[in-house]
Amino acid sequence: MSRRTEFLPNGSLRLALHTLADGVDGGAADGGGTAHPLLLLHGLGEQSPAARPAWTAAWPGPVLALDFTGHGESDVPVGGGYMPETLMADVDAVIAAHGPVTIVGRGLGAWIALLIAGARTASVRGVVLADGSGLAGGGPHPPSPYVTVLGPGDGRTPDPYALIELSRDVRPPDYALDYLRFALEESELETPVVVAARIRPDWLVAIAADVSVTEAPLAEAVGSFVDPLLVSR
Amino acid sequence: MPADDQMRSYPGARPPDRTGHIMSSGLRLALNEWGDPSAPMIAMVHGGFDFSRTFDVFAPMIADAGWRVVAWDARGHGDSDHAHLYSWAADVRDHMAAITSLSDEPIVLLGHSKGGGQLLDLLDARPGLARAFINLDGMPSQFSAPDINDRERRRMRRADVAAALDRRRRRNELTRRPDTIEGLAGRRAPMNPRLSREWLEYLVTVGARHDAEGWRWKIDPVLHLGGFGPWRPQWSMDHLAALDLPFLGVLSGVQDDPMGWKSRRGDIEPYLPPGGQLEFHDDIGHFLHIEQPRFIADLVLDFLGRLP
Repeated sequence: MSRRTEFLPNGSLRLALHTLADGVDGGAADGGGTAHPLLLLHGLGEQSPAARPAWTAAWPGPVLALDFTGHGESDVPVGGGYMPETLMADVDAVIAAHGPVTIVGRGLGAWIALLIAGARTASVRGVVLADGSGLAGGGPHPPSPYVTVLGPGDGRTPDPYALIELSRDVRPPDYALDYLRFALEESELETPVVVAARIRPDWLVAIAADVSVTEAPLAEAVGSFVDPLLVSR
Repeated sequence: MPADDQMRSYPGARPPDRTGHIMSSGLRLALNEWGDPSAPMIAMVHGGFDFSRTFDVFAPMIADAGWRVVAWDARGHGDSDHAHLYSWAADVRDHMAAITSLSDEPIVLLGHSKGGGQLLDLLDARPGLARAFINLDGMPSQFSAPDINDRERRRMRRADVAAALDRRRRRNELTRRPDTIEGLAGRRAPMNPRLSREWLEYLVTVGARHDAEGWRWKIDPVLHLGGFGPWRPQWSMDHLAALDLPFLGVLSGVQDDPMGWKSRRGDIEPYLPPGGQLEFHDDIGHFLHIEQPRFIADLVLDFLGRLP
């Protein structure tokens, strides 16, 4: 199918949400508990794919893809101010509109996926953390100080402030583990987080080392959430 | 415009001599100024949930001593534009935009609370912006975090995150609740328990907007105290240690003031820049320049008088 786009309210701005595939029953729940959407989150500076990636083939439900604020077809805010924690609200807007989701996040999207898995445990039915741009952020400690002022933007994406700010946010391993704990304490899944990324910044080393987290190649990781009772290692 | 009987005055409070605005990447920030426009410049940066008119008593004291005092409202605060996104880093950038639009030369910077902490970040990145720095109880240290166990800390963080997401879901419906002057002052009092009701009522008339339903604080309703993210107070000490300019720090030692980071002298002293001056007052609360404006102004003026 060709990509279909809807726009979700995001304060006074809009978020672009693309449907890359309908579910086997046209997107309706099939009663088996696996027809909720698979939501794809892109990496830093990227945008949603134009078509359903091959590694989603096993997913029986709809496949959605979100353009983060300042990316793709989503609106660009005036004056920047990006934080991963506020991009969580972008994903939360999808949850508000479409209900529970399983998430695959690439790069920056992997970090956001982990955060929202911990923040909205009842609505996030598993996350896959995959390689992609912006996976490391600014590292586990504050990077060298850097402040710059750009002129007013022209509304084009990716927003330069998004590129600057979301490549400098600090991602301490213990902070990542807090969100993993949130997810583990509340999720109905035994293993709500699967690591598919081969590149491992410090925060992802800590996540992957946790006994409650499994590792699998991307397509296999997605498939593991088709049956939500993922077998723990 | 509210009726005259809806306005308040406060001893020593003086409205700005000039008002205007400055732009930061398309956002309009409200600017207030006191004093001779040709005098040497000192910029005052307010703290979280404050606004530049909270300097209405303190700034004239500095201006009357021969300084041009400038102060702007942070994004989402006072009369500045509300933004779609808010972050510590964006505030820091806004401060840089303001400073560089006001002066081509290094100026004196003064920051209170969050404003002081943000100036620490800015000056580590852009030391050439300032020729001296005064920090009023805006020095978070590793010892200033509350003493709570990990489980409790996680529970608090989780509750904060959920509340922030809920608030952003409802952001188009959020408004500041209208009230009387006395009502708004009363609602602010728990944040400022050491400040007089007379002052808080004055603040309402310069920091809130009057409409048919009453007075509402101008601050963006999506903003909330605290914030979230992996910020660590000790990171500010890294910035303090990096400074190499005349520095005056003033700490409040009042431990039961609900605002502020509660850093103590011994927490900060190891990180002072060369020749830096640190004052500690255990009888003045976090809003030092409002609670004891004359005392703090004299301290600041003495420091300014010794600048090369």
